[in-house]
This record gives sequence, C-alpha cells and structure tokens, in this order.
Amino acid sequence: MSYEQLSAFAQTSGMIYFMAIFAAVCLYVFWPSNRAKFDKAARMPLENEDIDHVR
Amino acid sequence: MEPTLLKSKALPRFDIIFTCGVAFLVALWAIFATSHAEDVGMTVHGWIFLGAAIMAALGLVFTAHGTALQNDPSTYSDGVIRFGVIASTFWGIVGMLVGVVIASQLAYPDMLYFKDFGFLNFGRLRPLHTSAVIFAFGGNVLLATSFYVVQRTCRARLFGGMLPWFVFWGYQLFIVLAATGYLLGVTSGQEYAEPTWHVDLWLTVVWVAYLLVFLGTLWKRKEPHIYVANWFYLAFIVTIAMLHVVNNLAVPTSAFATTSYPLFGGVQNALTQWWYGHNAVGFFLTAGFLAIMYYFIPKQVNRPVYSYQLSIVHFWALIFIYIWAGPHHLHYTALPQWAQTLGMTFSIILWMPSWGGMINGLMTLSGAWDKLRTDPVLRMFVASLAFYGMSTFEGPVMSVRAVNSLSHYTDWTIGHVHSGALGWVGMVSFGALYALTPWLWKRERLYSLKLVEMHFWLSTIGILFYISSMWVSGIQQGLMWRSYNEFGFLTYSFVETVKAMHLPYIVRAIGGLLYLIGTCIMAYNLWRTIDGAVAKKEPLTLANPNLVPAE
Repeated sequence: MSYEQLSAFAQTSGMIYFMAIFAAVCLYVFWPSNRAKFDKAARMPLENEDIDHVR
Repeated sequence: MEPTLLKSKALPRFDIIFTCGVAFLVALWAIFATSHAEDVGMTVHGWIFLGAAIMAALGLVFTAHGTALQNDPSTYSDGVIRFGVIASTFWGIVGMLVGVVIASQLAYPDMLYFKDFGFLNFGRLRPLHTSAVIFAFGGNVLLATSFYVVQRTCRARLFGGMLPWFVFWGYQLFIVLAATGYLLGVTSGQEYAEPTWHVDLWLTVVWVAYLLVFLGTLWKRKEPHIYVANWFYLAFIVTIAMLHVVNNLAVPTSAFATTSYPLFGGVQNALTQWWYGHNAVGFFLTAGFLAIMYYFIPKQVNRPVYSYQLSIVHFWALIFIYIWAGPHHLHYTALPQWAQTLGMTFSIILWMPSWGGMINGLMTLSGAWDKLRTDPVLRMFVASLAFYGMSTFEGPVMSVRAVNSLSHYTDWTIGHVHSGALGWVGMVSFGALYALTPWLWKRERLYSLKLVEMHFWLSTIGILFYISSMWVSGIQQGLMWRSYNEFGFLTYSFVETVKAMHLPYIVRAIGGLLYLIGTCIMAYNLWRTIDGAVAKKEPLTLANPNLVPAE
C-alpha cells in the first residue's frame, strides 16, 4: 500500500468515523422524546439533599 | 431493614482484606528494597513505603473497634472529602511556593544558586513544582469534588467501604514518593511523568481503586440518568489510567533500582510522551475541572445548566477531539509532517467544544448576573471560565505551525500554560473549595467573604502580571532567536537573549507571589470556617448573599 493510498483511506474513514459519531450524538440530543429527560437532568445538582451525611 | 443489615454484615469486607493485602505486599517488597537498594533513591523510597504500610496497619487497628469502618448506606461518605479539601489547600500552597522559588531563581540566578545543596537546584525543583500543582493540588481537588458530586447526583454512598480512604491515602503516598524522588534527582525523564517505575506502579494500583470506587457508585445509583459532571469525571479517570500506563511502559534495570529502560525510543517515544502530555492537559486539567464547572456553577447560582443538550455535545466532542491534538508539541521535529498537521488541525477544531462549554457555563448565570456583585465565590467561577476561554483560544493559535515557529521553546508557552493553570484550573478549584467547606462542615457561610474578595483580586492581578510578562519575554525571545544580520549570522548570542529576560522574570515572580498570598488567605479563611468562626465585621444576616434582593 503506497503512502497516497494509505492517507486517502485514513482521511476518508476518519471523516466518516467523526461525522457518524457527531450525527449519533446530535440525534440523541435532539430526539424529541429525550427532551423531558434532559430538562430533569439539568436540575439534578439543585435537588435538595434528603440523605443525612455525617461521616 | 433488619435482615439486609445482617446480610451486609455477614459479607466479608473485601475492602479491608484488599487494603491489608496491599499493605502486606508493599511492606514485604519495601523490606527488601531498604536492604538491597542499588541507589539512594530506592533506599529512601523503601523506608517511605515501609512507613506507609505500618501507618496503614496501625490506622486499621485503631479504627477497627469504633464506628469509622462501618458502612452505613443511608449516609454519604464525607469524611474522606473533608480530608481532600485540607490536602488540596496544603499541596496548593506547597506547589505554588516552589513555583515562586523557581521563578525567583530564574530572575536572580546568581543569588539563588546553591552549589552545595543539589536538591535546591532549578532542575530538581521544577518537576516538583509542576507535579505538586498539577497532581497534588489539582489531583486532590478532583478526588474530593468527584467523591462529593458522584454521591449527590447518584444519591448513593461511595462504593467500596474504606476503599475511598485507600484511594485518598494511597494518592498522598504517591505524591510524597514522587516529590522525594525529584529532590533526590531520581526521574524517568518524561515531562509531567517524571516518577520512576515503582512509583508509577503504585499510582496504577491507586488509580484502579479510584476507578472501582467511581464505577461502583455509578452502578448503585438511585437516579436513572447519569449527570453530565459524572461523565466528565469518568472520562478523566479512564483516560488518565490509559495514558499513564502506556506512557510509562518500561523495563526496570533491577527490582530494587530506580532506573529503567523505556519501551519506546526516539520519535515514537516523543509522540507517546506528547500524546500523554497533551491529554494530561485535556483530561486531567480540562475534563475533570469541567465536571466541577457543571456541578458547582449551577449549585452556586441556584439555576439549572443553561443547555443540558449542549453539555452532551460538549462532552463527546471534547473527548473525541482532544486525544488527537498532542503532535502540535512536536512541530519541526523528526515527527512526520502529516502527523504534525494532524495535531494542529485537531487543535483548531477544539475551539468549538472548548468555547461551547465555556458559553454553557457562563450562560448558566443568565437572569442571575446580579449575583456576581454580591457573591465573590461565584466571581471566582466566572473569572475561571473567562481564563478558560482565553487560554483555549490562545492554545489553538499557538498550535499553528507558523505561529509555533515563533512561540515554541519560548516563555510564551509558559505564559499560556499558566493562564490555563492559574486562571482556569486554579480559580475553579478555589471556587469549589470555598463552596465545599461550608457544605461539608455544616457551616452557614464562609468565615469572611471580604477575604474571598481579596483573594480574588490578588490572584487575578497575579495572573495578569504573570501572563503579560511572559508574552513580552516570550515574543522578545522568539524574535531575538530568529534574527539574522546581513551576513547570515545570528544577531544575538544566546546569553544576550537570557539577559533580556531579566525584567519580565522579576514581574513574573511578583505575579506568582501575589497568587501565592491569595492562596494563603484562602487557607486562613477555610481554617476559620472549619473552626466555626464568622468574621465580626460581617454578621450572618447582613453578609449572606442569598438575602440581598436582585433589584
């Protein structure tokens, strides 16, 4: 395999790999039914502590 | 409730067995190390390991009859986090003090060179400074905050009984071993990975225990969703484990010598080293501290994250891109040019997730910006984000090969690192420590908010002194190195470029000193808060920022 062939393969597959991951993340993030879950998750640090932490 | 309690008591305590087993094995090896050591470094480390094993055994014996070893799942495990807050503050002062010392040595090399005390030389103290501030100060902040955040957002006690204590004390042992090694001149010669092979092995044991504690806590969480801060912490723990193991692959010359042969050589070694080095920045100093941002800023302003969706995109984009940026440390070296270009390209792409994350943190304040006026702790967090934005803008610029030809090997790099380290990592850590202390010790408020304000201004002005003097000295240095006369000879000899640095080095040392004084003020403030004191001039009812109306 020559350098040109290798770099063409690496660049193309690298681009597909990154685009696929980015598309998957975006799909997950903007999927309408996930909206409520994320809104709830955003408030997680603000929930009052009901556990007594002594030690 | 009764049967489950009985059942959990009947289970063997693997955490105690594990700790005893590790202490026994370490003691066994250490006894041979003290008697068969081939160099002074190993003798000293043998004794330290032996002392640590004895202290661990004594600690177990003295706590066994009380309640300290009991594991009550209805409570959070906060004692270890309190120790983490104290350790962070202590190591912060030590590391920054060494920083001021070496900055002064560079400014006044004649006055502060001690011929008869090798351990005080710049070459020994410099790795002590970098490791103390990054791994001792930053590492303890990450340990403490991750243990705090993972319990609250999972609503579960830390996994592993006394395993978190093993992680904490094991990590302190690692710091002591690394620091004494540097002072004795024992080093593996890899930047930011200077500890020798036996210290690396010890850190691996501790780090695997840390991963187990974190994963175990996530496993038994009562919240179905894993909060974004925990994703960042997990990425930090897993990636540091991978980087540490691969970059430190080496064959020791003997079981009781500090010297070893690295597995990689030449350009492969350089590439692995900077794959490690840059991702220590990306995953230790960025991902871990972004986790702090995603928990502590919403908590401090009492508002949800600006966009939770952006935080998810931020997370995946950051971790997938950061891992490729390392080769920009090796421009114009034997590394193939395509690999250099790859590193540079990914560094520039990093602008997007970095600024996306910064904007997400800053916009969390929208509608509550007035709190900046009354809450100096929040001001720490916001200033840290401003410095994060600035240094993540500067970094990609410097990674461009043409810019790098001017900036590389100059003080510009040092200035850039410190705008990230003092500005982003330091200030976000101070904010977290100020927030954690009243929460952990159940105090209504910090001892004094005026002192926090004083700390804020001292550190901000200190950073500005530091980075602007390094811009001046770095760009001047770079221009002097590359200037030729009409015959093609260098215009300046090297020593002339060193002489030109004198004034910026004095300014830099002053900046570092201001920053150190700020940290000492924080230590005093935290100590008084833990003590239960409230400043007389700031009564609780008047100074509580939550009671000041928004108008």
